[in-house]
Amino acid sequence: MSMDRRESLKLMALASVALAVPGCARSDVEHAALHAADRVARQLPDVDRAPTTLTPAEYRTVEVLVDWIIPADDRSGSATDAGVPAFIDFMLEDAPDLAVPVRGGLGWLNAETTRRTGVLFADAATADQQALLDEIAWPEVAAPEMEPGVRFFTLMRDLTASGFFSSKIGFEDLGYLGNRPQGGWDGCPPEAHEHLGLDTP
Amino acid sequence: MKNEEFDVCIVGSGAGGGMMAHELTKAGASVVMLEAGGDWDAVRDGAMLTNNYESPRRGKSTPDRPFGEFDACIGGWKLDGEPYTTAEGTTWDWWRARMVGGRTHHWGRISLRFGPDDFKRKTIDGKGDDWPIGYDDLKPWYDRLDRMVGIFGEANGVYNEPDGIFMPPPEPRCYEKMLARGAERAGVPVIPSRLSILTRPLGDRPACHYCGQCNRGCSTRSNFSSQSVLLPPAFATGNLTLITHAMAREVLTGDDGRATGVSYVDTTTRQEYQVRARIVVLAASACESARLMLNSKSTRHPNGIGNSSDIVGRYLTDSTGADAMGYFPQLVDMPNHNDDGVGGMHIYIPWWREKDRSLPFSRGYHIEVWGGRSMPGYGFGGGIHRTNGKLEGGDRSRGGGGYGAQLKDDYRRLWGTFVGMSGRGEMIARRENYCEIDPDVVDQYGIPVLKFNVTWSDEELLQMKHFHETAREIIHAAGGESVWDMPTAGDDWGITRPGQIIHEVGTVRMGSDSRTSVLNANCQSHEVDNLFVADAAPFVSQAHKNPTWTIMALAMRTANHIATEVKKRNLT
Repeated sequence: MSMDRRESLKLMALASVALAVPGCARSDVEHAALHAADRVARQLPDVDRAPTTLTPAEYRTVEVLVDWIIPADDRSGSATDAGVPAFIDFMLEDAPDLAVPVRGGLGWLNAETTRRTGVLFADAATADQQALLDEIAWPEVAAPEMEPGVRFFTLMRDLTASGFFSSKIGFEDLGYLGNRPQGGWDGCPPEAHEHLGLDTP
Repeated sequence: MKNEEFDVCIVGSGAGGGMMAHELTKAGASVVMLEAGGDWDAVRDGAMLTNNYESPRRGKSTPDRPFGEFDACIGGWKLDGEPYTTAEGTTWDWWRARMVGGRTHHWGRISLRFGPDDFKRKTIDGKGDDWPIGYDDLKPWYDRLDRMVGIFGEANGVYNEPDGIFMPPPEPRCYEKMLARGAERAGVPVIPSRLSILTRPLGDRPACHYCGQCNRGCSTRSNFSSQSVLLPPAFATGNLTLITHAMAREVLTGDDGRATGVSYVDTTTRQEYQVRARIVVLAASACESARLMLNSKSTRHPNGIGNSSDIVGRYLTDSTGADAMGYFPQLVDMPNHNDDGVGGMHIYIPWWREKDRSLPFSRGYHIEVWGGRSMPGYGFGGGIHRTNGKLEGGDRSRGGGGYGAQLKDDYRRLWGTFVGMSGRGEMIARRENYCEIDPDVVDQYGIPVLKFNVTWSDEELLQMKHFHETAREIIHAAGGESVWDMPTAGDDWGITRPGQIIHEVGTVRMGSDSRTSVLNANCQSHEVDNLFVADAAPFVSQAHKNPTWTIMALAMRTANHIATEVKKRNLT
């Protein structure tokens, strides 16, 4: 059982302590929550698995690239802190149609960096890495000849966001408040209601 | 069990089969139920309250769970070893569940009664056919169903949207309130949704705890599925025998042409079995029930059991479907809140132009609503480069996309700012839309498979065009902008492929004339008096309404008829 899973069990148990679902013994939901987590622990593939799809060189390139996309800031850690490279490695195995565009794109990135600087992307100077990303990260203004790079970077941006925000770090970064039993449903809270200007006709 | 004869054999354990078993076992009948899939129990097997990060897949789909790895429904658009085919130039997408409870594990629990007009469309617009029964015939059963299963909603008195016996509906979520405001400005009425999820305790089932994950199977049984609500009381009678992994092959008949039971193959051992029963009820889903009838050929039934009319398989429809989505700048930087709610929409847009005869199509549609700050999972923030260039603040000089600190913040700000609508409309039943047995293809058990031949007509295409226009008006009136381009006639106005909405109905239709229908007004075969159909196959027309509530009310009525006739010794 990983730390994440133990944490989630604890969270769910805590959530249910404050619970007052009408007609429902507290233990009903608590039992259901613990049971669901137990089922997951038994059936799902290991979150902490070692990379099997990407080569070590590809993996290193991914690590550098995803942290450009989602760096650490004052609210949360970086993409690598959230395990995004391992997530991407898993996804290439789980969704084989991703493997060619991702691995092909990594090849493009290294070829283009080598053409410009003589070294692979992960070994290039920070300024050189950034200069290349600036040419592929904004599709609307990118030069037509950079199209393969743009397409690749768009895919990596999407995958990185998927991996980061669906991680435990990502949940906490967003302040995600759902996925817990609640004793009732009050609708839209007043401050959100006000933000939307719903009181104004 | 080998030589035992049951009172009733039911094929299928979903909405229709579950209701049949519930009613007939309580009436004292001995019932054997055949289910092609395996056992599944929401309390034991459901993934409710699992965080997506507990799996490296983060909730993404898998081959046997196309709606996400934590989804309750085992099945899909393609099943290994169980093919189906389509006529040239046509498409059909067929979702099949293989599990106890069937597709009641899949649906959104939108529980709508057909209205009085829905039973007599031919009288109103001259198209399709009227049902042999009317709303008044089903109303007592809808009422009983509401009380038995539980449903929330509000009595709104909307024309042709009969009110039920409702538990209180949940308050709308923030984005639903916002969209409802826009709809009102666009002249489109919005009412609370009607879902079979408990907002008050019912019997031994507690009320909803608002985790928003009905689709994963509710471990507290607070929502409806056949498996968690109908089958437990049926088992409690001691009269129900459930056989799982039992793929029905054909309805067996005697020399007199009456049904004597069902033959099936055990999908785990490939052994062949027969069960004997005095009455056979098909509830395998509209198309599977039609397939079973067509495959049940004998000297007395050379065209398939009960199919002298050659109607079995015909008049197949699915709901029309289309989606629209808006980006709403006012949802950016929203104060954080939990908007899980129940596992489905809290508001609903019923067809609001029922009496309007000026439209270029005959039948109505309704609009479903989705969006919100749902649990982050696979696909989170996908395609942000198409939107974040529109955000205020930061450097937007290069448009959308980018990387780094600003991008990271954009994801947070844009989370939950997209709200979508789905149009779901009535397709007109036509004789030339059908499924039949493909003479050249069998499945892995040697059972001949279905070949589909279904196309939309202009009626359906223009209806979805109207939806797209309306949805854009609502998005605009609510302060948003449409994310997707307005579809054109060239891409069939963005309509879904037939079958995709998983509302297939009408292959074994009811009617008062045995030359143009297969079943009588009691869902009983015109030709084989101990053969009944209890899924959506008996439907004469579709209505824009999700079929499950009507499947169950109709099954309840049919079960009552069977019990009454057996007591009167009219049926032996």
